[in-house]
Order: sequence, then C-alpha cells, then structure tokens
Amino acid sequence: MTNQIPLVDYLVLGDEPHLVANECTACGARFFDRRNACASCSGTEFAKAAIDTTGVVKAFTIVSFAAPGVPVPFVAGFVDCGGTSVRGNIVNVEPDDQHVTLGMPVRLTTSVMGTDEAGTEAVTFGFEPIDPTEGEAAA
Amino acid sequence: MSDPVWILGIHMTKFGKHPDLDTVDLAAEAALGALADGGVTMAQMGVLAAGNLMGAAAGIGQQLQKQIGQTGIPVYNVTNACATGATALRTAIMAVKAGEADYGLAVGVEKLSGAGLLSGGARRPDSDTWQPSGRYGSVAPVDGRIGTEIMPGVFAQIGMEYGHKYGGTSFELFARISEKNHAHSVLNPLAAYTKKMSLEQIMGDVMIAYPNTRPMCSANCDGAAAAVVVSDAVLKTLSLEQQRRAVKVSASVLTSDPYTEGCQVLPDVNTLTRNAAATAYEQAGIGPEDLDLVELHDCFATAELVHYDNLGLCEPGGAVDLFNSGATWRDGAMPVNVSGGLESKGHPIAATGIANIWEVCHHLRGEAGDRQIEGAKVGLAHVIGLGSACGVHILEKSAA
Ligand SMILES: [Zn+2]
Repeated sequence: MTNQIPLVDYLVLGDEPHLVANECTACGARFFDRRNACASCSGTEFAKAAIDTTGVVKAFTIVSFAAPGVPVPFVAGFVDCGGTSVRGNIVNVEPDDQHVTLGMPVRLTTSVMGTDEAGTEAVTFGFEPIDPTEGEAAA
Repeated sequence: MSDPVWILGIHMTKFGKHPDLDTVDLAAEAALGALADGGVTMAQMGVLAAGNLMGAAAGIGQQLQKQIGQTGIPVYNVTNACATGATALRTAIMAVKAGEADYGLAVGVEKLSGAGLLSGGARRPDSDTWQPSGRYGSVAPVDGRIGTEIMPGVFAQIGMEYGHKYGGTSFELFARISEKNHAHSVLNPLAAYTKKMSLEQIMGDVMIAYPNTRPMCSANCDGAAAAVVVSDAVLKTLSLEQQRRAVKVSASVLTSDPYTEGCQVLPDVNTLTRNAAATAYEQAGIGPEDLDLVELHDCFATAELVHYDNLGLCEPGGAVDLFNSGATWRDGAMPVNVSGGLESKGHPIAATGIANIWEVCHHLRGEAGDRQIEGAKVGLAHVIGLGSACGVHILEKSAA
C-alpha cells in the first residue's frame, strides 16, 4: 500500500477524510493552526474537533492570474461547514460564474497532488458541488 | 475633551512613475511641500513619524532627515501594511495630543512602479521529500491548493461574501464601482491614471481574480505624501491665513482586527472598520449623514462596496442600494473617492494613508479646483492594511 501524507496536518486521511481543528475548550473558537493561546479568549487549552465535511460556499473567486508556479484558473472558496469557516479550492466544476455560485452546497473531497522521492503521496483537499439530483448512495 | 490637533500643512506628490527619483527624494518632496504649505520649517518640528513599507528596515525617517534637516528630534519609523501612512499621521497626532511636541511631521512614501500586480513572487517548487513544516504542518506551498493568497483574490471573496449575505452583487455591479472611480480620476492631475473607462472596457479587461479585472485593482505606482500637525494652542498664535487654512482633526482612530469566526481563513476587514468608524463618529460628535465627502480604501472594487456599509454610509446591508442610487458619484449625496481612488489615483502603499487626508483637506480648504466638492465642511478618510489595521480620520474645515 502506498504511503500517504496530508498537505496540511489538519487534513485527516483514512476511510472518511475530514478536517480537524484545535478547539478552545473555554470559548469554542476553532483554529486550523497551532495557537499559543486562543485569539478569542486567551484560553490555553485546546481539544481536537472534527469539522463537517459538507458546507455551503459563502464566497469564492476565480483566480486567473497567480504567482508563477500556481496553475490557473482555479476557484478559491470560503465555505461554511456547519458554522466553521473553511478555506479551500472549489474543485470538480467548471471554473466560471455559471457553475460556481454563492450558496452552492459542497462536500469535502481529496486528491493526490504528487509523489515524493520516497514514493509517498501528498494528498490535498477541496470542495466539490453536491449534485442535488444525486442520491445518498452515490455520495 | 482635550484640545483638537490641526493639520497645518499637507502635500502629496504626483502619483505615477518617477524613474529619476528615489524613495528619499519623493519623501523629501512631500515633506518640504507640507512644511511650505504650513508656513513652517523643519527646525520647528518636534517629532517625525515616517513610513515606507517596502524598505522598512532602512529607517526612512532618518534617511529623510539627512536630506531635509537632522534636527535630532525623535523619529518613529512605522509600518502597518496599507495603513502605514495613517499610522504615521496618527503617531504624530498622538505626540502632539500628549503635549510632547507642538508640531509633528508625518510622511509616507513608496516606490512600486513596475512591481507587478502580485508582490509575492513565484510559489516555491515542491521539495523532493514531503516534510511537514510551519504552524499548519504543510508539506508543500498551499497558495493555489488551499484557496488563494493573492490580494485581488482575497478582496474578491470579501466582496462576494457581502453578496452572499445581502444579495444584489454581480460582476457588473463591482465593475460599475470601478467605472465611477476611473471617471472621477479624470479631474485629478495628481492621479497615476486619469483615463475614463467604459463599463465594457472594465469588464472586458484582463481578469485577475473574478470579479476583479485589472482596472478594478489598485494601481501600483510611486508617490509620497506628508502632513504637518500642530497643537490647538500653538495654532492660535499663528497667522490668520494659517488658521484659516488649517484643517481640524476631529477624529483620529486606529484599530486592529478583533477575533471573529472565519477571520483565520478569510481576513475580516469589516469589524475593525466598523469599530474605527463608530469611535471616530463619537470622537467627532457627528454622524455619517454629516459627511460631505469620503475617501475610502478601494484597494479593489469589491472592497469599496463593503466599506460603504462598514463606515455607516448606508443601513446595514444597504451598500448595493446606496451605490445604485448614484449617491457615491461626485455629484451624489455622499461622494466617495472623488480623487479617483486607489484604482486610478494609485496606491503607493505607505503614502496612501496621508494622500487620502490630503484629498479631503484640499476640498475642505476649497482648493480642489475642477473637482472641488462645493461647500465641503466635513470629510472622512479611511484606510485598511491587511493583517489587519484600520485608520479612520474625520476632518473639519476651520471656522477661522
Ligand atoms: Zn477561547
């Protein structure tokens, strides 16, 4: 079996890939990165919290002009996953304003972004549209 | 209530390309211009606050002194992203307000011509071995893989988020905001670009980050601006002409971004602007309805829309209606960015937060020529630097 590593440590791989946040035990604020203390209440205790794998797009941009080395176009999104805001690309959709819309329901998906010299695959995540006509069985 | 601080002299250079002038030349031109405008000299200044974001380590304040007067006064070199100029001005105002100086000089300067639209440079290539590093434990660069880090894209989402919350936004709406600012710039001889652009031209130009096309992004250019501030007590000893042209700083506010849900993934430029505006209106004892003109931080067309709301120029959620009413055009009830804004006047970062004050002062003094907003008595200048810092100043015409 191929070894895999997530692009970022808040992406949990496995049978049900999901994102995980450091949640402040005092106020509930969630952070994807390591914090010395909570930015909201200065509390210092955190617990891991799994983030919903579905959400709605509350903002997006279609980037056509990026730094050299960044393939364009791509859709960058700001997704509300059950009350937690998540940044990620909107994938598996045509990158235009007919196919990507505000309020669009999406779900987390993962993909292999490359393999290193040791043969380890790096896995990234994005959000893909949930086809409203699609049944749960296909999901 | 403590005595007010006044802007005695103020100057901005032409914004645009200055291949023959270095950063210090531009800062000197602005500083000497502000001193001359105020009828004072470097020897009278008790404090200098200076900002130059791109060369922050060089100490622009002391570099400037070498060219215009090494008087030994305290220098505060400041940086605060795009709010650097406002931070320099606020620093000088605080020193005067605290009674530590009678006069203060604030300068902001930047050389950005040819910097390209994106300042970040190329994304570094992936390494041969995935090795987690940094606070996210990332094994490779994330820009473009987990959203975007480019400013046109970040601010595009900020405008789109407003649209998601309240509705009514579209590519065309944002482009029409840009059309307004480019139309305004035609009357501003100091703007980097003074070309009117049609809606079709704006929408048909190079797309950078939907819905922001190239003319909907702030223009990189060279420029500097400087202001001389003076205490109320000292102003009263000056000539009637100086008192008549002095502009009252009715409010000077700087805020940073308080924690809000989501700010870790998309900067919240709204809350700190709303906080700064609320404090500024309270300090000045006025409301947004009293403003005759507003210069706000349209770093992108998408940003201008949200700041209508953040600065209280409309009811919450009413920014689209405000714009559609025509109010923010120069002949409207609430003229916004009659200078042409950052999209056409240009955005030499550290100069911006003083240049917007210059624009407002120009109108309050009745010296704005062709683009004069007739009878302007009160104006507001706003900047925001991502990270974030927000500066809001309310300025009032002298009663003298
Ligand atoms: Zn907390």
